[in-house]
Amino acid sequence: MSNIVMEKDIAHTHEQGHEDAGSLSLFGFWIYLMTDCILFATLFAGYAVLRDSVAGGPSSMDIFELPYVLAETMLLLLSSITYGYAMLAMNHGKQRDVLRWLGLTFVLGAGFIAMEINEFHHLIAEGYGPDRSAFLTAFFTLVGTHGAHVLTGLIWMAVLMVQVKQRGLTSTNATRLSCLSLFWHFLDVVWICVFTVVYLLGVV
Amino acid sequence: MFGKLSWDAIPTTEPIVMYTLAIVGLMGVALVGSITWKRKWGYLWREWFTSVDHKKIGCMYIIVALVMLLRGFSDAIMMRTQQAMAASGGPGYLPPEHYDQIFTAHGVIMIFFMAMPFVVGLMNIVVPLQIGARDVAYPFLNALSFWLFVVGAALVNISLGVGEFARTGWVAYPPLSELGYSPGVGVDYYIWSLQISGIGTLLTGVNFFVTILKMRTEGMTLFKMPVFTWNALCTSVLILAAFPILTATLLMLTLDRYLGMHFFTNEAGGNPMMYVNLIWAWGHPEVYILILPAFGVFSEIAATFSSKRLFGYVSLVWATIAITVLSFIVWLHHFFTMGAGGNVNAFFGIMTMIIAVPTGVKIFTWLFTMYRGRVRFETPMLWTLGFIVTFSIGGMTGVLLAVPGADFLLHNSLFLIAHFHNVIIGGAVFGYMAGLTYWFPKAFGFRLNDKLGRIAFWCWLVGFYFAFMPSYVLGFMGMTRRLNHFDNPEWRPWLLLELVGVAIILCGVAAQALQLFVSIRNRHQYRDLTGDPWDGRTLEWATASPPPLYNFAEQPKVNDLDAYWGMKERGVSTLSHTDYRSIHMPRNTASGLVISLFALVCSFALVWHIWWMAAFGLVASVVAFVVRSYDEDTDYFVPAQEVARIETARLKDLAEA
Repeated sequence: MSNIVMEKDIAHTHEQGHEDAGSLSLFGFWIYLMTDCILFATLFAGYAVLRDSVAGGPSSMDIFELPYVLAETMLLLLSSITYGYAMLAMNHGKQRDVLRWLGLTFVLGAGFIAMEINEFHHLIAEGYGPDRSAFLTAFFTLVGTHGAHVLTGLIWMAVLMVQVKQRGLTSTNATRLSCLSLFWHFLDVVWICVFTVVYLLGVV
Repeated sequence: MFGKLSWDAIPTTEPIVMYTLAIVGLMGVALVGSITWKRKWGYLWREWFTSVDHKKIGCMYIIVALVMLLRGFSDAIMMRTQQAMAASGGPGYLPPEHYDQIFTAHGVIMIFFMAMPFVVGLMNIVVPLQIGARDVAYPFLNALSFWLFVVGAALVNISLGVGEFARTGWVAYPPLSELGYSPGVGVDYYIWSLQISGIGTLLTGVNFFVTILKMRTEGMTLFKMPVFTWNALCTSVLILAAFPILTATLLMLTLDRYLGMHFFTNEAGGNPMMYVNLIWAWGHPEVYILILPAFGVFSEIAATFSSKRLFGYVSLVWATIAITVLSFIVWLHHFFTMGAGGNVNAFFGIMTMIIAVPTGVKIFTWLFTMYRGRVRFETPMLWTLGFIVTFSIGGMTGVLLAVPGADFLLHNSLFLIAHFHNVIIGGAVFGYMAGLTYWFPKAFGFRLNDKLGRIAFWCWLVGFYFAFMPSYVLGFMGMTRRLNHFDNPEWRPWLLLELVGVAIILCGVAAQALQLFVSIRNRHQYRDLTGDPWDGRTLEWATASPPPLYNFAEQPKVNDLDAYWGMKERGVSTLSHTDYRSIHMPRNTASGLVISLFALVCSFALVWHIWWMAAFGLVASVVAFVVRSYDEDTDYFVPAQEVARIETARLKDLAEA
């Protein structure tokens, strides 16, 4: 065979649609997030239908404490900023800074989750659990699904921090950090909708 | 310790179920035994179970689909036999609680575990080849999707022997599907099998959307894509937009049943009508997820076997896009009688009629493709012709049902059953069968036996008319769906006629089974060495059959709409004779299988409320995913020498052919 084979000269780079693996993953993850968006839209629709079905129980006027939720919101928004700094550090190749900012993001996210669990616990203890009325069902499910997403993000973040520490800012890890970044900011946007539709509109 | 699970869960008092289990068990033992005897486990594991090759995953999807077709069809035979027997006022042989499970399982299996995998399987085999790609965008994700789907199918089959299946009908309307009215595990099996396989489908949607948008070979602009790929793209969009609604809706039902919530209950402000809206907001696009790929198949076949470019390619593509959009604004026609009011019903009635317009465009496109073409009446073409006639009838009865006034009369009657079987069998299933016959030689390198294929087609076609045309009549006579027994002598002759139809379809299915057996046994006789047995027009025919694992030694450059036809006309060879380069390919992995196995453990435990086991399954599948994320050795290079060896063998084959 007279084939000249150079390991670099692969039949992949320019033919596979001019895309490297990283940006392909990022694009696919973005598409996945859009489907997640529809999932939340469905839950929002459910909430809109059921918010007045209080079945003799408390209404949104009675149970929401805006200052508390505002603090919660601030934690999450702040965590988006710190994640942004982590990405900046990543672009500059500063691994220690990435880990530091991620650690801070993790703490803020965990704080958000802790506050949410506390709020839920408080409501359930007062007898306003999700089985009390259709309104509370929809409320717990919408907010809880968001919380479950944040929790997933936290687990993902923890795993990534270990992987960055072990393997450094490799291109694989950089792609994953970018995907998590999309995910984290997306959850922020969803939370802003939750804050507006559920909490703000709930007390006016 | 084991939640609600005990020995009582095995229905020992139901002789029919026990006999079925015994037969399935014997067949299973025979299968496992023969694989072990021939020492094929290693081969299956290395070449199939851990494969990330889109062609193999596609084949596995279709194999599961065919197996589930047999099960869903058995349910159909049982229902029709029961109705024919019970038509004179007797009880028949199926008690109501068993009969209810059968019609639910029939619907669920046929839609989710026969039609869906058939669609996804065809997309897997064909799309990357048609766009000249080496694989899908995310090969590992593809394997994971497949195995998650298998988990769903496994759960449905487990429910046959352990516990029961839902008795609610295939869309499981509450409040019937709520805990108060369905306290058993049937609805839980329903929920988890759909939820897990639905997530697999969603990932497939992401995968194919990105594959088609990002992985097309050089020169293939969107409007040079083959029509099947266009339909696959629109199907992916539908999956992306519709399946999250199903996930959310099933989640709500789950919370109602598991945590005592009140989304759809009668009490505490719950709203069952919201479920009906949500399930159809997913359910109607789902119908188009099933039919669009079939439309794509017919388009390819009509052009190939008329030896002519597809008539009106651009209008066909726009018709497909129009259907994709419109399919999201017609869902209310599934429940005109729920009482949304005259104006709302009028809007959805009109939208439903409008959706018939792009569909009509398509019918004319195929007709004009054949017009003045050199039509070759091969088996795939027969299915296409059968489809055009049958589907048109089904479409017209659909437009009739779209009139809200008429719907109030026909709602829930056998007229409706006849209509949707008319479009799903006459449209989707005929399309899958045509696609199976058409692309089988591509996937395996030999054709299917032609004679048995023709027999199968005629049995299906004639059997279909016998089995479902009487249902239109019965609908007008006032017979409602899902009846277990009744006493109306006027219905009896029609029900017996339907049973005859079922028997004819059974002959068709038997012919297909025999066809597979004969074709595999005589595969050397049916061998296709050219890779292009039908004188095809699109890129999948430009490579060998079965294609090498990398599909194309050099990815073809595209200049025309019918890329391969253009190459043949201009005498451009698709074979590069020298200078092969090493090719970057994904490595096989068992991760998808392992993650799904734990998902099966988790979902089975959830059905039976075995909480420790559910927690274990969930944690284990997450851990398996994390472990996978540590594996960075996920791809490799096929050395140029290996490519050269494969391509030389192919050239030798071509010289012989």
